[in-house]
Amino acid sequence: MTKDIIEEKINYFLVDEFEVEEEEIAPEANLKETLELDSLDFVDLVVAIESNFGVKLVGEDFVNVKTLQDFYDLIESKLSQKTV
Amino acid sequence: MRRVVITGMGIYSCIGKNLSEVKESLYSGTSGIVFDQKRKDFGYRSPLSGMVEEPNLKKFLSRRERISMGEEAQYAYVATREALENARIDQDFLDNNEVGILYGNDSTAKSVIESVDTMRQKGDTTLVGSGAIFKAMNSTVTMNLSTIFRLTGVNFTISAACASGSHAIGMAYQLISSGLQDTIICGGAQEINELAMGSFDGLGVFSTNQDPAKASRPFDSGRDGLVPSGGGATLIVESYDSAIKRGAPILGEIVGYGFSSNGEHISTPNVEGPSRAMLKALKQANLKPEQIDYVNAHATSTPVGDANEAKAIVEVFGPKGPCVSSTKSMTGHECWMAGASEVIYSMLMMEHSFVAPNINLENPDEDAAQLNLVKKTLNKKIDVFLSNSFGFGGTNSALIIKKLS
Repeated sequence: MTKDIIEEKINYFLVDEFEVEEEEIAPEANLKETLELDSLDFVDLVVAIESNFGVKLVGEDFVNVKTLQDFYDLIESKLSQKTV
Repeated sequence: MRRVVITGMGIYSCIGKNLSEVKESLYSGTSGIVFDQKRKDFGYRSPLSGMVEEPNLKKFLSRRERISMGEEAQYAYVATREALENARIDQDFLDNNEVGILYGNDSTAKSVIESVDTMRQKGDTTLVGSGAIFKAMNSTVTMNLSTIFRLTGVNFTISAACASGSHAIGMAYQLISSGLQDTIICGGAQEINELAMGSFDGLGVFSTNQDPAKASRPFDSGRDGLVPSGGGATLIVESYDSAIKRGAPILGEIVGYGFSSNGEHISTPNVEGPSRAMLKALKQANLKPEQIDYVNAHATSTPVGDANEAKAIVEVFGPKGPCVSSTKSMTGHECWMAGASEVIYSMLMMEHSFVAPNINLENPDEDAAQLNLVKKTLNKKIDVFLSNSFGFGGTNSALIIKKLS
């Protein structure tokens, strides 16, 4: 899966499912604050990632995720590990 | 003891999505029962049910709020919005006054089953999502509504089978009467889905009548069982002083709450328990039986239940006493919600001076023949009514409500 498709899919479920305003979506956006995602939302992010990408994340995976770009990178890295 | 009044009502049921639609259905004797293919496919003996559509709450609630709500909480939310508006209570009032919530609910089958199915399929508990726990707990209605409306008063769920909604009103009456709360949102909610009612259907107590609109026939000799149903019903119960102080509409006064337990069979009702609940309510209300204008019977359309309730009503009121009808003939059995919705149905009758018919009553059986049953809509002034609700385990509740003079 290409980087563009990963970003597109993530942006889509953030807007559609998590009701994040489209204009708030930017690579530098802070995932927790700008997008107003609380601790419960992170559980739902895990569900969305599993259903969209087939990978299961755990809480520790999010430790270094601050921005949306970090989030895209995390998924890309998980998908490449899965392929390997 | 303080006087306790009802200042608002809201309803979401199979005979109407709001008070106005429900009043029309009650007056015209319209049934809300339909054939449900899902139940037939699922192996039910009876494919019949009362049905409401899933409300679209996207315009009112955020994703975070919606994700924690199962069917019953959604229905209760719609009913509560109408009830608050009806009572002229806005968010500003809720933010500045200690308002409580007591709601009747006794299952969240669909939410529990769906999350367990996901765990089994995925082998991972996180993948049920963050809302699963809040949808699956029996207190789902009170935990969701208290959060959405930012309530700061009493907050718990009453589970008492098919008398849950009635006991919720009774408990609100007690707390307000004793001065512990001024305003309480209360009512009952009931999920409608094939997952929730399978075990009940399995007992063989649901009607297998081929004609949905004719299947629920309380007190009729041709009755062959109940028809399940559901939705949400909310009442705003308030101290008289609080209602007067804020210039609220006063729709009725709660004057009696009688309760009892049969102490016998888990599912077969008796005569003595319900009769005792009605007598206790009358005593508390300081009313004589002949002062009751209308009895909204619990009668669900089961052979034994209706016969025993008829005997109990005759025991308390004598033969051919007050007008009696079972609105379940139109709505089916709204179970956990019924005790609250039937108070609303009766309140609408009191407000608009009519008695809703006990439809499908063609040949009353021997016990029912002793009652003053209303078969066709009767234009009649109602000043005081009694509403019966009974449930599995032999729990009984009788509420008496009167028009404020």
